[in-house]
Amino acid sequence: MVTSNPSPAPVADERIKERSSLRKALVRPELGGMCGTVLVFTFFLLTAFDSGMFTSQGVLNWTLVSAQFAIIAVGACLLMISGEFDLSMGSMIGFAGMMIAIFGVTLGWPIWFAIIVTFILCIGIGALNGYIVIKTGLPSFIVTLALLFILRGFTIFLPQTLERKTIIGGIRDVAEGDWLASLFGGKVLTGVFQWLGDAGVISTFERGVKAGQPVVDGVPMLVVWAIGLIIFGHILLTKTRFGNWIFAAGGDAQAARYVGVPVSRVKILMFMFTAFCATVFATCQVMEFGSAGADRGVLKEFEAIISVVIGGALLTGGYGSVLGAALGALIFGVVQQGLFFAGVESSLFRVFLGIILLLAVVLNTYIRRMITGER
Amino acid sequence: MSSPILQMKDIEKHFGPVIALAGVSVDVHQGECHCLLGDNGAGKSTFIKTMSGVHKATKGEILFEGKPMNFQRPRDAISAGIATVYQDLAMIPLMSVSRNFFMGNEPIRNIGPLKFFDHKRANEITMSEMSKMGINLRGPDQAVGTLSGGERQTVAIARAVYFGAKVLILDEPTSALGVRQTSNVLATINMVRKLGVAVVFITHNVRHAMAVGDRFTVLNRGKTFGTASRGDVSPEELQDMMAGGQELATLEGSLGGTV
Ligand SMILES: Nc1ncnc2c1ncn2[C@@H]1O[C@H](COP(=O)(O)OP(=O)(O)OP(=O)(O)O)[C@@H](O)[C@H]1O
Ligand SMILES: [Mg+2]
Repeated sequence: MVTSNPSPAPVADERIKERSSLRKALVRPELGGMCGTVLVFTFFLLTAFDSGMFTSQGVLNWTLVSAQFAIIAVGACLLMISGEFDLSMGSMIGFAGMMIAIFGVTLGWPIWFAIIVTFILCIGIGALNGYIVIKTGLPSFIVTLALLFILRGFTIFLPQTLERKTIIGGIRDVAEGDWLASLFGGKVLTGVFQWLGDAGVISTFERGVKAGQPVVDGVPMLVVWAIGLIIFGHILLTKTRFGNWIFAAGGDAQAARYVGVPVSRVKILMFMFTAFCATVFATCQVMEFGSAGADRGVLKEFEAIISVVIGGALLTGGYGSVLGAALGALIFGVVQQGLFFAGVESSLFRVFLGIILLLAVVLNTYIRRMITGER
Repeated sequence: MSSPILQMKDIEKHFGPVIALAGVSVDVHQGECHCLLGDNGAGKSTFIKTMSGVHKATKGEILFEGKPMNFQRPRDAISAGIATVYQDLAMIPLMSVSRNFFMGNEPIRNIGPLKFFDHKRANEITMSEMSKMGINLRGPDQAVGTLSGGERQTVAIARAVYFGAKVLILDEPTSALGVRQTSNVLATINMVRKLGVAVVFITHNVRHAMAVGDRFTVLNRGKTFGTASRGDVSPEELQDMMAGGQELATLEGSLGGTV
């Protein structure tokens, strides 16, 4: 510090209205997502309570779907806040799954090695996405749209050429007992769930080979990944120096560069993180299905972006919240599965989704203006 | 006078076929306010961007504290002690004042091996530095977008001074401001100069320059007529030099000396 004179005691400015602390606590980027979550749960508790949606199996069902959305939404959220898009996320999911199958089944590599090589390959492609965007200055929308087609093309071409089919199965067999595969396909807290089943908190199977086991026998790793990524993303964004750089890079890249923020590095790293999230999604999915298909992940990029936008992020970057995106994913998952439980014609899901998206964007814009003084 | 802290010698800058600067020399001393005047497109912004590492000069030499400097990136200039408040401000309206204040220089708190942004410290410093400059924030988490133009300038200046700038470059800080806000910014410049910081103040308003300037350099179409000290030059002479000579003298009659 250069000056040493004591700072004058801050005087209350007569033009600033006192704001209640409740209002301060509420007016935050996640507010829209919080309102939406309350609304959606109220709606389904009232209309679909008896449908099985809130039994332990029902809860597991929409939790899994929401967790899937959340995994890709965290990546898309941080990338969007840093000012970029990745439309190749969905294709990346298909591609990553297919590469694990080709390495692990067709080439017969140990599955842990196949997974590691796939992660390196996909994160490398994410870096390439970022590098092209930074070097050419083209909108990431266009660059990643090209990658969307290129990756999808390879995902269809490779299995057809190597195996003469577009689905490669047999992954469950090769993944059996593998230490790394169990990080994506296994379940945790199985003991706790058995205990809950014995205690009668969750129902157990009545007969058959599984008799006595709880109907939900653990927390799937997919959910663990989702929670882990949400916590990681939230802390990175709000509590670290790098998080400030993510906001700055998306808020105004030039202004950020002027004060020495390494904008290119931040953006490329965010493209890599997005690719990482897509690959986590793909690996979990491959372990769950036991196969990789050439059509996996189609349209996932939009589902990720929709979750992020419902969660309050600004499409043009510089503003948003990982917790909001996670709530967006939850809303998305609950609505999709809830309508199914409620027996609503499945085509109406799109109508609901469109309405929610519109409402969320309007509400979020209003909240954002309150916070940032935008006009 | 002491030896200059920053010397720019025969700086040239070409953008492809455009010659934005055709050999400009300026030196800046500690504790002085050096005004850079010139009309639109004269090359003022380009010139200070070569000082601050945004542009690399096509030709010429930069001496900082007597040593030749070769800034590759803005970061190099910043760590040497040259801070710049750009015409377009380099503030991000969507972010809070304290996030902006520490952008690129975030204070760190270690928890075990992990490094975290020390929000508590950042918030305290932001509040106290801003109230020193006479601005009362609603809170450190108030978004910069909710501040007025003059307040934003002040945040930017306070930020530069807090981070120990030896040379503070201000690109047209008063151009978008009203009367009161302008006088606040000019008072801030005066205060900063008295702290021993060398200020480079860009403006096209001769009256603003005269209010705080110690020396004046006029740029015209990428060239300079040299530097004049306070007292050696009248506002009218500066005005004429900015316009490149005679034209304005004839205009002045019809405008009644209001320019
Ligand atoms: N990046 C660039 N590429 C090409 N030409 C440029 C570039 N930057 C500046 N110029 C040109 O250099 C000349 C000087 O521009 P500069 O921005 O330095 O003017 P200025 O004196 O700051 O004007 P103003 O008062 O309007 O801010 C102009 O003719 C401009 O068109
Ligand atoms: Mg300029």
